[in-house]
Amino acid sequence: MKKAKKFLYSQKAAPIVFCLPFMLSLLIFWLYPLVTGIVMSFQDVTFSGWEFIGLKNYRKLLIDKTFHTAVLNSVEYMLLTLVLMIPIPLLLAVLMESRLTKAKGVWKVILYIPALTSVVISGMLFRLMFSEGSGGQMNQILQFFGHSSIAWLKEKVTAWTALLLLCMWRWTGVNMLYFLSGLKSIDNSIYESADIDGANGRQKLWYLTLPMLKPTTIYVLTISVYAGLSMFLESFMLWNGNSSPKNIGLTIVGYLYKRGIENNDMGYACAVGVVLLVITLIINFAQLFATGTLSFKRKED
Amino acid sequence: MKAVKTISRREFLRGSAASAATLALAGLMSGTALAEEETEEDVAITTVGPDDGTHFELWTFMEAHSTFYAEMVELWNEENPDRQIQITFSTYPYSDMHNKLMMSLQAGSGAPDIVDIEIGQFPNYSGSDSPLYPLTDALADYEADMVQSRLDVYSLADGTRVGVPTHVGAAVMYWNAEIFEQYGLDYSNITTWDEYEQLGLDLKEASGGSVYLTTVDTGGTDWIWLAMAEYGEDWTGGIDGTPEVQLESVQAMLEMQQRWIDEGIAIVSTDGIIDVEAGYSNVMNGVLASFPKAMWYMSRFTSYMPEMEGKYDITPCPVFEEGQPRSVGLGGTGTAVTTQSEDPALAAEWLAWAKCSEVGEEYIWNVLGFDVCNASLWDDDDFAFDESNVYNTFFRVQPYSVLREIKDEIKTVYTTQNSVTLNDYFNTYTANEVLEDGMDVADALQELQDYLDVELM
Repeated sequence: MKKAKKFLYSQKAAPIVFCLPFMLSLLIFWLYPLVTGIVMSFQDVTFSGWEFIGLKNYRKLLIDKTFHTAVLNSVEYMLLTLVLMIPIPLLLAVLMESRLTKAKGVWKVILYIPALTSVVISGMLFRLMFSEGSGGQMNQILQFFGHSSIAWLKEKVTAWTALLLLCMWRWTGVNMLYFLSGLKSIDNSIYESADIDGANGRQKLWYLTLPMLKPTTIYVLTISVYAGLSMFLESFMLWNGNSSPKNIGLTIVGYLYKRGIENNDMGYACAVGVVLLVITLIINFAQLFATGTLSFKRKED
Repeated sequence: MKAVKTISRREFLRGSAASAATLALAGLMSGTALAEEETEEDVAITTVGPDDGTHFELWTFMEAHSTFYAEMVELWNEENPDRQIQITFSTYPYSDMHNKLMMSLQAGSGAPDIVDIEIGQFPNYSGSDSPLYPLTDALADYEADMVQSRLDVYSLADGTRVGVPTHVGAAVMYWNAEIFEQYGLDYSNITTWDEYEQLGLDLKEASGGSVYLTTVDTGGTDWIWLAMAEYGEDWTGGIDGTPEVQLESVQAMLEMQQRWIDEGIAIVSTDGIIDVEAGYSNVMNGVLASFPKAMWYMSRFTSYMPEMEGKYDITPCPVFEEGQPRSVGLGGTGTAVTTQSEDPALAAEWLAWAKCSEVGEEYIWNVLGFDVCNASLWDDDDFAFDESNVYNTFFRVQPYSVLREIKDEIKTVYTTQNSVTLNDYFNTYTANEVLEDGMDVADALQELQDYLDVELM
């Protein structure tokens, strides 16, 4: 008992004990799979074992058109979500803070509620709404305006409209919340001094609010880049599986899933995963350097 | 099982990406990722048999199958008091079950003793290091009576049986006789696709375009299989073959379907195939007047389209040139015993008995409505034409009379290691390009072949 107490109060042991759960989970659930994944990407994995095949998986990736489609889709999706999911929630957040908006709480709740639904459920609902049959909600709206039915999920433009709408419907509220918290942290006295200097509303937004929100924007940008690139479940649910016409909905993670689990080719799937990791790292680091969050030069304070 | 595994795989990716960005971020994101990850699972679990019996786990993706197996467990226990068995049945959605199975077999633990594997998925498990228990011995008693090609599709390359078939799945033509009567057209002596097409043109004229002759698939390969069987071709090249898709049969079928669409006598199946909700509603609403499909589609009528009783007729399929075989085995489920089972021999014996013995086959035909693989029963009138069997009265013909007619014409297209890739590309690209975009068939097939050549090198 005394020994145990001494151990726990020891300045050397205690930090290790307290950090151990986190370190263990990091090692077991993050580092171990990461390393195994990289190793497996150089292997041909079968039921009974595995053998090293060098760079064969990667060489195949270079000429695998389906994989290229998946990468392009993921990157395109990420870029489009960035274009939509940063300015719109930001504007909404500013509106929520504005004196002109009535019943702010109601609006916030309405915008945030979709985030609480599971992707599986919302994906299924969107699939039904955008169904190609004449009974689908979107087709009924079209018919109301005298237009004939559309096979929404079979053509890229209409299918991606559904995909992006799903993304916006679900995540606008979350991103808005990030921006709201960013807005709250801006000191009111800055606005007051701007008022004294005679700045108008637009100037305040452009010269004060946006620059002051930069840390929040970078945060939202970072998670959006990575959420966009790793999107899978939305398209999986929208097309009720991993196969979409001409692979318009196939993403990198979707392809990884298809190869590893549906086609029993774990080695190749790991190679896909490693490539995704590398792409994400490159984009995220490039963006963090570009925005000045990371820098090679040490800041002198 | 699958949920856990896939999360860990994706978590590792998400986690790795995120924590590379910033460590604090990683913790936050993996939290959200977990919260959003609720996999849909409508799992039905039941256990049948006494507690002191040998216990097995059985997975299936068809609820009706586990009802059948449960019945067979009860019967087995009555007949074998000294070798009681108890089985826990789990029914999962199709892809969920196959993904779970794949993960548990790769991981080396957690797999069921007995499992239903869909034919398209089967090659994933019948490669050189198959995790399936050999069933050759258990099937020996029934081997002679069974339709050989059905056993062959669930075998290893060396001929070892590893799966027990459920049905033949013979392709037949389903006709909405009521529609043809209404417009005074006769479908009963259609023997070639040319005549079929003419019938479609007549139907279009008579109905003013309100009824289509048929719907063609962008999400399945049934039509193509039928064409290949008629020409005696196989795009997989057989069990150990190299895929070759630029075949006369494939080209002819796709060009014909493309023409039908141009002529306005056919449309693309809503949601890709006819064996889905939208397909049933098209059948029920009389959008289409006929379609080729496997015998087992009869059970879809009784389960989902009971209103169609007495309206539909069944005949052999049309052919390109007279004298060609008129059917092909479509779809199927191979039930297998995994090597993870503790008593695989008993599981195998029960399984073979349940699915191949006369008592088992009777249940398969009377309740599930399948064309059974034990062909010795086809000629047994008591078995085939039992009036208490719902399928004998639901349609305008007794199904087994059609089966007897085409008995020697039911050909096989193999499902091989390459089929998954082949079918996947065909359904995502080729069929859409040809039937939706009107692409030249030869070009589309060339593209498919090029893809396969790269993929399978």
